[in-house]
Amino acid sequence: MRKNYGPVYALPSALWISAFFVVPISIIFMYSFLEKGLYGGVVWKFSLEAYRALSNCAFLKVSLMTVVLSVLATLITLALALPAAYFIARSRYKNTLLFLVIIPFWTNFLIRIYAWIAILGNSGFLNNFLLRLGITHGYTQFLYNPFAVIIVLVYTYLPFALLPLYSTIEKFDFSLLEAARDLGATNSQAIFRVLLPNIKTGIFTAVLFTFIPAFGQYAVPQLVGGRNSFMLGTIIARELTVTRNWPLSSSISVALTVLTTAGVLVFLRINNNLGGKTKAEHAASTRLHLQIKQHDA
Amino acid sequence: MFTVTMVFFYAPLVVLIVFSFNNSKTMHWEGLSLRWYHELFFNSRDLWNAFGNSVLIALTSASLSTVLGTLGAIGIYWYNFRFKKYVQIASFLPLILPEIIIGVSLLILFAAIGLKLGLLTIFIAHVTFNLPYVLLIVSSRLDEFDHSIIEAAYDLGAREIDALLRVIVPVSMPGIIAGFLVSITLSLEDFVITFFVAGPGASTLPLHIYSMIRFGVSPVINALSVVLIAGSIILAFSTQGIYKYIFQK
Repeated sequence: MRKNYGPVYALPSALWISAFFVVPISIIFMYSFLEKGLYGGVVWKFSLEAYRALSNCAFLKVSLMTVVLSVLATLITLALALPAAYFIARSRYKNTLLFLVIIPFWTNFLIRIYAWIAILGNSGFLNNFLLRLGITHGYTQFLYNPFAVIIVLVYTYLPFALLPLYSTIEKFDFSLLEAARDLGATNSQAIFRVLLPNIKTGIFTAVLFTFIPAFGQYAVPQLVGGRNSFMLGTIIARELTVTRNWPLSSSISVALTVLTTAGVLVFLRINNNLGGKTKAEHAASTRLHLQIKQHDA
Repeated sequence: MFTVTMVFFYAPLVVLIVFSFNNSKTMHWEGLSLRWYHELFFNSRDLWNAFGNSVLIALTSASLSTVLGTLGAIGIYWYNFRFKKYVQIASFLPLILPEIIIGVSLLILFAAIGLKLGLLTIFIAHVTFNLPYVLLIVSSRLDEFDHSIIEAAYDLGAREIDALLRVIVPVSMPGIIAGFLVSITLSLEDFVITFFVAGPGASTLPLHIYSMIRFGVSPVINALSVVLIAGSIILAFSTQGIYKYIFQK
């Protein structure tokens, strides 16, 4: 029997993750049950104040806004990514097209946000363009509203949705679509009842990669959002660095952590179940396909 | 539809590139000029300091997280021990939690233990968010190859250190390199976590860009974007050889 070296190998990373992830998260959890100090920090006295504050109207509004913005951004991202991924998967120039999709995302994340500020800003490209054409007189405020946040979120996460969609669509057997049409399905029936059920896993991954990071977004609402488009991330940072209410910042962080983890777990669950079903469906449709072929022969 | 998506992808970048050659401080076209490139290369010392910090942090944090993550992945993959499940869960969570949670919790930790914010705290934070990625990537590489090679090494009497350095590390090299490259990219790219753990005087390139953006449109950023896009394309092509090596194995 060989000596068990496992703990020796795993110890350094276990210690690092404990010290700089598990301990900090536990501290946040603890702070969320304490009273706030006068100038930031905490007072060591048990209190549920930070959680009571979560039920206040302003906070619920921000939560709702966060959900609405991230759901809309996810839906628009999917609507753009699905046809594009399908087109790439069916194209003869797959690799070139994929490459073209990835290149813009080699630039820094902040520069991609900045590009939109340069376009939509008050003295930005779009305003100058519209003024010169004489369509508008005076500047229009395109930035600092929920729409700007959605546009930039979609721009940021589009490739993260596109790539998993592409990889599942690429494996899809396109002759199934022809089979469906031969059997009298309309185009939309073929897409909704044959294509989409078969690429469910890709869709779920795309949603996961878009919704979760959008939900906890900080930089985007901070830079292109206004007072009416605060998200949970904005509030956490504000309570920490401006208002200096650390217990409240902690309780919101705890809420965000719990929500995200629960979301991912439910998601993985559903995805696993779907994965099973998709395989069965796939098997069934393949069998159908073979029967059609035999029939033709 | 694909064209629409591509226009959406490229329009912002094209606007940036075109206006980096503009002879005006605004987004109003006033003729061709290279003045912003001059400004960028000869008159932006803070920006280049921040760039230097970014490169330094990226290289050091990627190196440490690659070593820690590789060892961790080997331990978790090959052995069973008491805290294995703990390591697996604790290193999976950072991958799914919003970045801001990691930034805020580290800031609160550093404040609690009285560690002064600066390059060191940025380094610690970057190792922390890179480590789980290296662990994941190296594990998936370990998943792929023929285990009997390692059993053979042990059967032939290799000591643990020989098995590690002469068998396990060489066969998982593609995963280790991929983990290192991903770490460097994530580190260079990170804004949110760094934002919380950086102190006065210790800026990274994304933080510097952020402070410039907050003052509004600055044509120097346009020029910088063009340099960065060109730089990443050149880098990507030169590392393509490494990626090819990884994927062929």
